[in-house]
Amino acid sequence: MTTLATTADFTLAAPEMFLLAATCAVLLVDLFLSDRQRQVTYFLSLATLAVTAALVARLPEGVRTLAFNGMFVEDGVARLLKLVSCGTVAAVFLYSRDYLIQRGLFKGEYFVLALFATLGIFVISSAGSLLTLYMGIEILALSQYTLVAFDRDSPVAAESAMKYFVLGAIASGALLYGISIIYGVTGTFDLGELGSRLDGRAATQVGLLFGLAFLMVGIAFKFGAAPFHMWLPDVYHGSPTSVTLFLSAAPKLAYFALALRVLAEGLGSAVSAWQGMLVVIAVLSMGVGNLVALVQTNLKRMLAYSTISNVGFILLGILAGTPGGYRAALFYTITYVLMAMGSFAMIVLLSRRGFEADRIDDFRGLAQRSPWFAWMMLFLIMSTAGVPPFVGFFAKLFVIQAVLDVGLTWLAVVAVLFSVVGAFYYLRIVKVMFFDEPAAEPVTVSGGAALRLLLSLNALAVLALGVFNGALLAAVARAIP
Amino acid sequence: MMAWPSLSVVTWLPVAGGVAVMLVGDARASLGRWLALGVAIATLGLSLPLYAGFDTGTAAMQFVERAPWIPSLGSDYHLGIDGISLPLILLTSFMTVLVVIAGWTVIERRPSQYFAAFLILEGLMIGVFAALDGLLFYVLWEAMLIPMFLIIGVWGGARRVYATVKFFLYTFLGSVLMLVALIYMYLKSGSYELKALYDLRLSLTEQVLIFLAFFAAFAVKVPMFPVHTWLPDAHVEAPTGGSVILAAIMLKMGGYGFLRFSLPITPDASHELGGLVIALSLIAVVYVGLVALVQQDMKKLIAYSSIAHMGFVTLGCFLAWDIVAATGSTRGATMGLSGAMVQMVSHGLVSGALFLCVGVLYDRLHTREIAAYGGVVNTMPVFGAFMVLFAMANSGLPGTSGFVGEFLVVLASFRANFWYAFTAATTLVLGAAYTLWLVKRVVFGEVANDGVASLKDVNGREALVLGALALAVVALGVWPKPLTDVLEPTLRHVVELMSVSKL
Repeated sequence: MTTLATTADFTLAAPEMFLLAATCAVLLVDLFLSDRQRQVTYFLSLATLAVTAALVARLPEGVRTLAFNGMFVEDGVARLLKLVSCGTVAAVFLYSRDYLIQRGLFKGEYFVLALFATLGIFVISSAGSLLTLYMGIEILALSQYTLVAFDRDSPVAAESAMKYFVLGAIASGALLYGISIIYGVTGTFDLGELGSRLDGRAATQVGLLFGLAFLMVGIAFKFGAAPFHMWLPDVYHGSPTSVTLFLSAAPKLAYFALALRVLAEGLGSAVSAWQGMLVVIAVLSMGVGNLVALVQTNLKRMLAYSTISNVGFILLGILAGTPGGYRAALFYTITYVLMAMGSFAMIVLLSRRGFEADRIDDFRGLAQRSPWFAWMMLFLIMSTAGVPPFVGFFAKLFVIQAVLDVGLTWLAVVAVLFSVVGAFYYLRIVKVMFFDEPAAEPVTVSGGAALRLLLSLNALAVLALGVFNGALLAAVARAIP
Repeated sequence: MMAWPSLSVVTWLPVAGGVAVMLVGDARASLGRWLALGVAIATLGLSLPLYAGFDTGTAAMQFVERAPWIPSLGSDYHLGIDGISLPLILLTSFMTVLVVIAGWTVIERRPSQYFAAFLILEGLMIGVFAALDGLLFYVLWEAMLIPMFLIIGVWGGARRVYATVKFFLYTFLGSVLMLVALIYMYLKSGSYELKALYDLRLSLTEQVLIFLAFFAAFAVKVPMFPVHTWLPDAHVEAPTGGSVILAAIMLKMGGYGFLRFSLPITPDASHELGGLVIALSLIAVVYVGLVALVQQDMKKLIAYSSIAHMGFVTLGCFLAWDIVAATGSTRGATMGLSGAMVQMVSHGLVSGALFLCVGVLYDRLHTREIAAYGGVVNTMPVFGAFMVLFAMANSGLPGTSGFVGEFLVVLASFRANFWYAFTAATTLVLGAAYTLWLVKRVVFGEVANDGVASLKDVNGREALVLGALALAVVALGVWPKPLTDVLEPTLRHVVELMSVSKL
């Protein structure tokens, strides 16, 4: 039965509506500002995020409410993902400010596009139907294509954006095709409905499996999982570092929501159908990511391959198909965002006008020039490698536990062995920072006090969340009961 | 009233002290040094009451502290010590003080960071020995790698990067498999608590796989043949202090792991695969002993000698079933374990001392080649005396600590199988051969060259360090009873756990 939207629906979607309205307002205000007044845009964007986060926090916690005839869901996962993405995007703005100013890229577009992307993340997080999901994905994707091309004088960035756009369009097409077939088979877009129409015969239905395969391609592409990862290193490498910083962080939360909504909620009863596909994708991602990262000399590329391998770990949690597994994947995603953001911010910290500190060699001897930030980078890197007591270790622990819990012991062993391979290239960064002498023309630590403080907090959080992870675990447990 | 958390204090005081020393910075190196020494001595001072208050009449855990850590995982911050952890904790705090003193003026590059790394390492190592929760143990066990990785990599020799990366990856590879085994057992038992793991019933296949996973971690750490190849590299490239801690404490973690985890948790698999471990141990004793004989580099020679000596530890641990089968009583088995433990403590002191001796020579002539020395005793008589004493202890001369452990293990292996004992006893010949030959070539003879002629004898600082070790080596050799008394009840308990099938 279809009814018109009610006031209650709008109350529930208040954060999204505010975010949309405020972003449009920022866009308009920015038009009337001179370059000297651009700080106004920056502060307005931060304020937008703060108010949006407050609106999300105001919604009742712990209940699952549907709105707009089931198109829109507000539940624990959505709430947590929205709050974290507000924080992440705000941190990305703070990190990027100096970098953008130094390069003459301090323009309103960056902030407006990032805010639109955040809206996309919100819509995906709260999607109750495949159509809402697709709409969110497109809002996010279009903002990202444009962000990559945003340094319009850079041919590399333009090339990356083109690559990203063409491949992304194909992936979106695959996703949409998958959605249409699923609709054809089941007769519904509604994710809640989908589950109930599948019971029992899901894994044997050829039509469904056909549609599922295309959905999986879309999800894997968005995540950057192998074998659909080709775009990721080029885009990470080609974009201005402040954009890479954005791409590596908040959107991952949305892709987690995408996988969770489609696979766990919509097709949860067909877990046997998609588990095998995800096993292949996860193993390939861990393999390709870790092995290819070994030979990279550019830090941005190396971190891109590290992203691919970490995505493999996130998928491990999802493929377990248990609430414990989803929780593990959510925990992994949040902590990964924290670590990736910190690592890319370190490149921003060392960059200055006309110089991108994105080669591994640029970190040479950092421990002698700036012991403090060398240690902060050590924390971030060791955490990404999964060495205790940092939070990255616990993220891996929970994921492996989820995989063992469903009896996939061999997969757990493969995962830990790949993490040993990964340790090698992470150690290389530590080696360059701590064991090598600084280059003749040493890179100096630039960046303002805010950047330094935030980066230090970010790295210390990686340690603190490892030793005292109770609060984050509890938040994740509340999100996915 | 809350009891004084002795174990938490000795675990976290050095870590906090290390952070403080690091914050003092290299610019104020002198302050950093004194602060580091103060923290190290305070930790030693605070660990002595553990011995004084230790009840030798029970195998139960003592000084237990417990607080929830990760409730959703059933993992607690759970510390406690028994007879096998206490001696190793004391050894750790004792050796760290000596390492700080030994590095006093020798370390010129980034001295504060050097001392800080050792203090943090000390705290983590004590934590490993005191942890009664599987996850806590694993976290500390792995965290330990980071300071050691930096110590070898920053202050090491020419090939330090190769050596330290090899060290890290070898141990990391071994450990991650242990992690899988720990999680597997957690999923079956619902808790990471050690006692829950002891009580867990496992089929033989499960036990064998879990045993192999633990074996990967502990055998690399010991290190056992054939996964020992990281050790000579790490030892040669590490700074003196790094070699000392590596040989004296870190290797012991493998032996400790066998006693604490493998034997009680997977008794049937340990029984099943005991023959394999015994064979590898005997190969280590004989083959690696022969390899030690031909080394040209003093540190490498001591490194190989360490592997051979640690072979005794694993031999003593895994003899138990053969002894029980041959004699029908568990007394011999306890003796084997006791020998293994005494050997660990003794080897900690002796190998540490020998690495310090090499360090003393290296600081003067900047070479570790045996051929570069000769007749050192003529210019350094006091040093010569120390070196000869430690060499004697290394070859197991009665009256030194080296004798007690080896003797107990050889005696225990006689009860199991004559040929085990026969093969193990060759070490008394081989050990004497490579150690005494080393002494002959380095210490005795004519003054070999101008470098040796210009040597100055040990200064007060070095004499203090070597003297303290000499005292400990002789005391333990003449009167090992305080140590064996501490060990006895716990090892009897371990043998009990081992003899109960979990099938």
